[in-house]
Amino acid sequence: MSKDGLTETWISASAALLGLPIESAWLPSIRANVEVTFRLGQLVDDFPLPDEAEPAPVFEA
Amino acid sequence: MAGTGFAKGHEIAAAVARGEVGARDVVEDALAVIKSRDRALNAFTDVTAERARVRADALDSDRAAGKPVGPLAGVPFAVKNLFDVAGLSTRAGSKINRDLPPARHDQPLIEKLEAAGAILVGALNMGEYAYDFTGENAHDGASRNPHDVTRMSGGSSGGSGSAVAGGLVPLALGSDTNGSIRVPSSFCGIFGLKPTYGRLSRARSFPFVDSLDHLGPFARCTRDLALSYDAMQGHDPADAGSAKRPVEPSLPHLARGIDRLRIAVAGGYFRKGAFPEAIQAIEHVARALNVSREIQLPEAQRARAAAYVITTTEGAALHLDRLRQRAHDFDPATRDRLIAGAMIPSSLVMKAQKFRRWYREQVLALFADVDVILAPATPCVAPAIGQETFMLDGVEMPVRPNIGIYTQPISFIGLPVVAVPVPLKPLPIGVQIIAAPWREDIALRVAQYLEDMGAVVAPRPPLN
Repeated sequence: MSKDGLTETWISASAALLGLPIESAWLPSIRANVEVTFRLGQLVDDFPLPDEAEPAPVFEA
Repeated sequence: MAGTGFAKGHEIAAAVARGEVGARDVVEDALAVIKSRDRALNAFTDVTAERARVRADALDSDRAAGKPVGPLAGVPFAVKNLFDVAGLSTRAGSKINRDLPPARHDQPLIEKLEAAGAILVGALNMGEYAYDFTGENAHDGASRNPHDVTRMSGGSSGGSGSAVAGGLVPLALGSDTNGSIRVPSSFCGIFGLKPTYGRLSRARSFPFVDSLDHLGPFARCTRDLALSYDAMQGHDPADAGSAKRPVEPSLPHLARGIDRLRIAVAGGYFRKGAFPEAIQAIEHVARALNVSREIQLPEAQRARAAAYVITTTEGAALHLDRLRQRAHDFDPATRDRLIAGAMIPSSLVMKAQKFRRWYREQVLALFADVDVILAPATPCVAPAIGQETFMLDGVEMPVRPNIGIYTQPISFIGLPVVAVPVPLKPLPIGVQIIAAPWREDIALRVAQYLEDMGAVVAPRPPLN
């Protein structure tokens, strides 16, 4: 499956699983946004952090 | 004092305190200016005229009875319409929120400003649910740039930028998640303060991204920023993100100048994609401060990426039920970004939050050797309303998300920033004065110094 095909499958499955009604006219814009976010997410994902790295927000009991 | 609306807040307060002008006269003047100019600017979504008159009359009575009036006595102000205003539904730039019952109480910052004598005159236009850098809004129309009404005010606090730049009010409040105070400040040529994350209470305001939301003031001068900021400080247990810090007044430090402050210009990422006017503005401010040192913020591009991921996913989570039930009632520009945000794997979000702690430590370490970092506020002056793309670093890029490339890595870790206006022609543009956490006083000092030299000023727009 092409990457475009994968993204569309992802969107379609996510929408169904989340109960989000999406119109076909919205798909190009949603896809563009998903692609950008995955690309930027990849930048974050690529950064090596140790297992011990803590998230910024810390819960206090 | 009367007539043009460009009087500074502290000038109005001094005149009211001296009895030279009544608060009611000031309010009537502001209401008249709003009535005559707002049609062209579309800054206001609600004008709370009767409430303002009642408060003004009460203040005038107090003054006549010899009671002390506050440091902002009689100063008209307005707030982005995501602030709760008693009696109004908190619109947050949306159609959907108009169905909410009216707010029962004012947002705490409104209460504090009014306790200082300021007078609320209305609520201001914004990009829907604050997910916006343009000031455009499918439901309420775009707020317009007073320097050229065919151009963006910037967003999402678009009405706040327009109203202050257009001389409708001397003081406005807005919010900033990734740039929504600093961008309109830049495009509209006014001063804006995004305080340290947690400094000012966000209780009773409609949220966007809890991890990144800040509230703060806009004004036509540094002194008004400092006065309003000082009045609004204080821990608020009703906001889980509110820092338990004492009030730390900035006004006493405002005139201290820049002696012994170590100042550097952010290089690398903060130079990439900058249009000539952004470079011109930063160099102008650096020259005025006699700064030649450059500093690198490590991984700023990745910081911007992480802020983007956190924004879109937290925003989507907030609006998930609304997207399920009323997707058609969203601004399409917001809708599709939020829908996309709902589909991003949580592992990327967690990584973004972990990276955030790392990045915060790296940048705070820089502040061991520097007190102030300068960076452009926006890559360019205000684009045309409706403009969809621009050339960034030789590549055609969408305007909307890329307006915030310089603001996002800074708000990502909650650093305090004063945006100062450089009065270039034909359009102004802003520069960020960035300080270490809780050092708003230093950023304000630098802004005041620049203003005293005439290097930065809120230029008056052409009035028809």
